[in-house]
Formats: sequence, structure tokens, C-alpha cells
Amino acid sequence: MTIEWFVILAALLFAVGLAGLTVRRNPVVMLLCLELMLGAGALALLAFSRMTGDQDGQILVLIVLVVAACEVVVGLGLVVAMFRRRIPLDVDEIKELKG
Amino acid sequence: MLEVLFFLAAIGALGGAVGVVFLKNPFYSVLSLVVHLIFLAVLFLLLEAQFLAAAQIVVYAGAVMVIYVFVAAYVGGIEEPLFDPIPRLRVLGPVLAAAIFIEISIAVLGSSLVALGTEGASDLEAGFGTPASIGLLLLEDFLIAFEVASLLLLVTAVAAIVLAGRKPGEEGVES
Repeated sequence: MTIEWFVILAALLFAVGLAGLTVRRNPVVMLLCLELMLGAGALALLAFSRMTGDQDGQILVLIVLVVAACEVVVGLGLVVAMFRRRIPLDVDEIKELKG
Repeated sequence: MLEVLFFLAAIGALGGAVGVVFLKNPFYSVLSLVVHLIFLAVLFLLLEAQFLAAAQIVVYAGAVMVIYVFVAAYVGGIEEPLFDPIPRLRVLGPVLAAAIFIEISIAVLGSSLVALGTEGASDLEAGFGTPASIGLLLLEDFLIAFEVASLLLLVTAVAAIVLAGRKPGEEGVES
């Protein structure tokens, strides 16, 4: 169970998230795929933190967790705003920057 | 023993991730992400990050997923034409993802980081990854990052209310 395995697994999870992000059009699911990619990044950071025996990487992961939570809240706020304004929940529908 | 645990957790995390992408109903996608996050926390534990594993379960699988479930229930079942509006994207997306995976793999395996082939540093300091040592680091060396994170959370809370809240007297908005 070497560090390589964790990094390769992180790359695989990142790729799955990227595939979902490009293929799905529903904003809720696209946010979920973003979560997958952020989680993969966190896993890689933790693997490197374990590799060097330095805990700074874990702090970085904690900050990534905070940023991810913020991204979720703003993204889901946008989804709710779209729903309220009766815009179909499809990212291709948000073409114009007007309220 | 640890190897078995690693592979079980890896398969679970990967299965959850694939479920997020391929399940048609957004509600099931959210539940699949919860499964993914729980197995990801097991992987964090294998990397000696006890505090982050616990934070992952409590903050993510607990709090954030509740917001997701709530929004998925609020906007209801969406008739999504599962992959289609841009037909070529259905092929190009996975190809792009595969290319990224192969590229990262080559970059990692071809790098000169000798320590990648080991199980990590053998002389871990006592209490590596425990809440106590993470908390000490966070409040001493990384105090500014900690404060900025708290400010970011405050700004986000305001942003969420501005974005999703109903303005008084607003027209054309469903009540």
C-alpha cells in the first residue's frame, strides 16, 4: 500500500468527476461532480502529506474543505434562484447576465 | 490487512463516484456522493489523518449533504435529458477525462519522487494528524489562513441569503 496507489486513485476519482462535469447538464449534479474533483484533490494532498511526514498538507486540506463548503452554498443558492425565476434547470439556459 | 481495507475503500469511493455521474435522479446522485464521502474518509484514516476523516464525515456527509438533499427535494424531480443536448459531448467528455487520468498517472509515475514508492515517512511525529496537533498548527502557524477562512464563510452566508432570498415587493417571483 504505497503512496503511489493513493495518488493514482485520486487521479481516477478526479477523472470521473471531470467526465461527469462535462457530460451532465443539471447544475445540482454538476456541483456534485465538482465535489468529487475537490475530494480527489484532498486525497492527493493527504497522500503527499503522509509521504513527507509533514502536517502542513492536512491544514491545506482543511482549507480546501472550507472553500468547497462555500462553493456549495453559493452554487446551490444559484440553483434555488434559477428555480424561483422559472428558468429550466439546465446550465445552457443561463446565457445572459441579467436578473 | 491494511491493503484489503485500502482496496475495499477504493472500490467503494470509486463506485460512489461513478454512481454520482450515472444515476439519473439527482436525489440518488446526492446519496451516492454520501457513500463516496464515507469511503473517502476511510482512505483519509489510512493516511493517518484522523481529524480530517472525522471532519469529512461531520461537515460533508453530515451538513453539506443535508443542504444538497434539501435543494434536490426543493427543485423536485427534473426531467433531465440525461446526456444529450450536445451529442458529441457524450463521447468527448469521457475521452477528455481518460486523457487527464493517463496524463496525471504518467506525470506521477514518471516523477523523480523516490518516496512515492514507499509507505510514506517512517518517522512520523507523535500525534500526527490528531485534532490536538492540527489545532495547534491551525492556531499558531496558520492563524491567518484560519481567519481568512472564517471571513470567507461569513461572506458566503451573506451571499447565500442575497442569492436565494426573496426581496420584498419583487415581481415575477413565485411565492
